[in-house]
Amino acid sequence: MNPIAKNSPDELLIRVPEFGRAPLGSEAEKRLASLWETLPGWRGWLATVDHKEIGLRYLVTAFIFLLMGGVEALIMRVQLARPDQALLTPEQYNQLFTMHGVTMIFLYSLPILSGFSNYLWPLLLGSRDMAFPRLNALSYWLFLFAGIFLYVSFPLGQAPNAGWFNYVPFSSLEFNTGPNIDVYALGMVLLGISTTVGAINFVVTLFRMRAPGMSINRVPILVWGTLTASVGNLLAVPSVSLAFFLLWLDRQIGTHFFDAANGGKPLLWQHLFWMFGHPWVYAIVLPAMGIVSDALPTFCRRPLVGYAAVALSTMATMLLGFEVWIHHMFATGLPTLALSFFGAASMVISIPSAVAVFAWVATIWLGRPVFNTPFLFFAGFVMLFVMGGVSGVMTAAVPLDFQLNDTYFIVAHLHYVLLGINVFPVVGGIYYWFPKFFGRMMNETLGKWSFWVMFIGFNIGFFPMHIAGLMGMPRRIYTYSGNMGWNTINMVTSVGAFLFAAGILIFMVNVLISLKRGELAGDNPWDAATLEWSAPSPPKAYNFAVIPLIASRHPLWEDRLNEGEARSSLDEGYLLMQGRETLATTPLDAKPDLILKMPEDSYAPFYLGLFSALIFAGLLLHWWDFAGLMAIAAGIALTAWMWPGRKLEQSVPAMQPAKESEHG
Amino acid sequence: MAKLMPLLEPLPVGSYGKRSSGWWGLLALIVTEGSLFGYLLFSYFYLASQALEHWPPDGLPKLAIPGINTIILLASSGFIWASERCLKNKKMRSSITLMAVAIILGTCFVMIQLREWSNKSYNMATNLYGSLYFTITGFHMAHVVVGVIILSLLLLWMILGYFDDKRYLPVTIGGFYWHFVDGVWLFVFTALYLTPYL
Ligand code: HEM
Ligand SMILES: [Cu+2]
Repeated sequence: MNPIAKNSPDELLIRVPEFGRAPLGSEAEKRLASLWETLPGWRGWLATVDHKEIGLRYLVTAFIFLLMGGVEALIMRVQLARPDQALLTPEQYNQLFTMHGVTMIFLYSLPILSGFSNYLWPLLLGSRDMAFPRLNALSYWLFLFAGIFLYVSFPLGQAPNAGWFNYVPFSSLEFNTGPNIDVYALGMVLLGISTTVGAINFVVTLFRMRAPGMSINRVPILVWGTLTASVGNLLAVPSVSLAFFLLWLDRQIGTHFFDAANGGKPLLWQHLFWMFGHPWVYAIVLPAMGIVSDALPTFCRRPLVGYAAVALSTMATMLLGFEVWIHHMFATGLPTLALSFFGAASMVISIPSAVAVFAWVATIWLGRPVFNTPFLFFAGFVMLFVMGGVSGVMTAAVPLDFQLNDTYFIVAHLHYVLLGINVFPVVGGIYYWFPKFFGRMMNETLGKWSFWVMFIGFNIGFFPMHIAGLMGMPRRIYTYSGNMGWNTINMVTSVGAFLFAAGILIFMVNVLISLKRGELAGDNPWDAATLEWSAPSPPKAYNFAVIPLIASRHPLWEDRLNEGEARSSLDEGYLLMQGRETLATTPLDAKPDLILKMPEDSYAPFYLGLFSALIFAGLLLHWWDFAGLMAIAAGIALTAWMWPGRKLEQSVPAMQPAKESEHG
Repeated sequence: MAKLMPLLEPLPVGSYGKRSSGWWGLLALIVTEGSLFGYLLFSYFYLASQALEHWPPDGLPKLAIPGINTIILLASSGFIWASERCLKNKKMRSSITLMAVAIILGTCFVMIQLREWSNKSYNMATNLYGSLYFTITGFHMAHVVVGVIILSLLLLWMILGYFDDKRYLPVTIGGFYWHFVDGVWLFVFTALYLTPYL
């Protein structure tokens, strides 16, 4: 098949990609499977770089963090259900709301979306893996270790306790002498590395790894969302990592960045934190909005209305998101002119969000909705999004914010935004892609129950918080006196919280039952339009036996929509099977560009992650020599990783034809 | 209906120059590292602009030695560039020599900078300026040290005969990282040494 003579020395440097078919069970398909499958047993478990495995690990780990944060929240709600309770001490309450916030914001919200994207991206894009499979494994291990790190001091009663945004001077050594804040500071720097390498991987994957023909205007919206979030993270995460690192220096080395007595400025913390914090909020909602934009149309039986508008508004949101951080600092005494400017900018940011909402509503309106579980979650999301948006615009108004700042109104707002825009699409997304992940459908009856219990519980639990806020109940209080008039509201809120938790429980029961006994799904149970549904459920290790050629935005709906002349070629495509190979394409119009050699499974990411975590443990304990030793170990792991590989064709020895075994 | 037809032209295999994934990854890394230094300098100017006492507290910085050091660092970038060119033109020997010179220059920069540090009358904990000065130059120093290690690995790989005129991507990538580290120094140098004169 290969026009270049078999033994030509140049064959290793340049060749025509083989084109053809590889149906299940054929010789070619078996060969691909043997090339891509991970070793069985714990070795394979530690070394795997398969994006699907890593994606599922991300999903499961982040979900466990959601449960941990949820339990913390429920304990708080028990404490607050009635006035003058003494279940928790003030210090315990501080640690609980801080760990709840940290867990939800950093260990659940983004990682769960990274889980979806890691699993789905190569399948959505028609590739065999992410651009950097080993980096992908590294980002997971670092996330896991950072999560554990952030929790190490919790059992000792010394968890972070200054709120998730950790304002100085309360978090400085003077007022907070224990290890609490150091754990938070170092853990966040470690987690930041994980986020960063993950983001690099997404960005490069988008620009390199799409199937030929999938030009930039044909990629699914989830890809746009994660891309935008990743670019945002590349620019924003250094800010918070730096802030936490400087804080740690202030506390442990005696520097003066935030030390007002010596010319430092506590407000610097707030700037660095929120320059990161606001873009981050978009990073944890835009991919979730992408989930809805891609999955909702399946249940409306028509393409998304306004694809281009939604894609552009995704990016516009992030762009504006970098210019509004001051709205978290309205009450800090900044000049009024600055406040007006940033207040206005914060209102403008609701425009792109409104575009997306109109697109979803129009999709439902113009489609023929099928009311099954995923649809309910996505439609519920649209409603909650609108409510969270309205209360958000309210707090963007400077005078109103002076009133509402630090009340339960804010707690209500942030939960509407975060649960509405993150948790509901995530659970809906799991219902939607579960058949792809595991080859079985989830149970519909339990599914509907889980939705309604969650939705009703959520609104009973969080809507009254708006009222509590307007009645003046401050956030972050561990108890209140019986004569403030907040008793009923708090009781209702707590009941709602438990109802919501019951909904999550039903969902989990459903997952467990369906894993064992769910109906077999087939490749495309929802009759959806995008590429991942053309692969078997669950997909094979190599994803696509042939790299498909893509002719439109909806490769599986082409005959039905009849939009253009050309048809995607799904079962005939590029074979690429001389080792682990996949195709790289050009960034914009996705023309074939390169045959990529993909790395084998490797322990290096695990060790690099482990040693990095141990560096931070050493810093925390002031074991400087140990930290230095671990840094050297990490350096060695990294060197082993980077060593020019034979199979990757990165070095000259690789060109010598000592590769018989590989061709066998 | 018309099915799409494949492209039947030969494609390069593996890591290929600026079309390789590694090159793209490096660009992304530079974006994020660049912002890190951006935030560092933002913090510097934010705090400096609100300082009440003299800034820097012990008078304007002396420029002679840091200036020479800057030139040394920039020169090393030139040598890297030349080394890569020689590699492309199959001049392996000169390529190795040039790389070695670049590493020596990088190491000189580190030594001179360490001397600068030990000559200061303050340390990180003495005052706000000291905190900023040592943190910012420390961050940069860490990058230089990592860069020197990378360059040394490249040198080793060259000596081991891993690269030729067609496969030398790691040199391109490692070299560009070094150029980035040098470029950042210009910003650091301007901020810490030149702006106090304004
Ligand atoms: C069962 C569901 C949940 C309940 C009952 C709940 C309840 C609470 C409570 C009682 C507080 C403390 C309010 C205060 O004293 O100021 C809180 C704070 C917070 N929650 Fe939740 N929450 C839930 C889910 C979530 C989720 C899913 C997220 C994010 C994705 C989240 C993010 C936050 C944040 C960021 C804070 C602020 C922490 C701080 O003040 O530093 N919560 N939540
Ligand atoms: Cu904000």
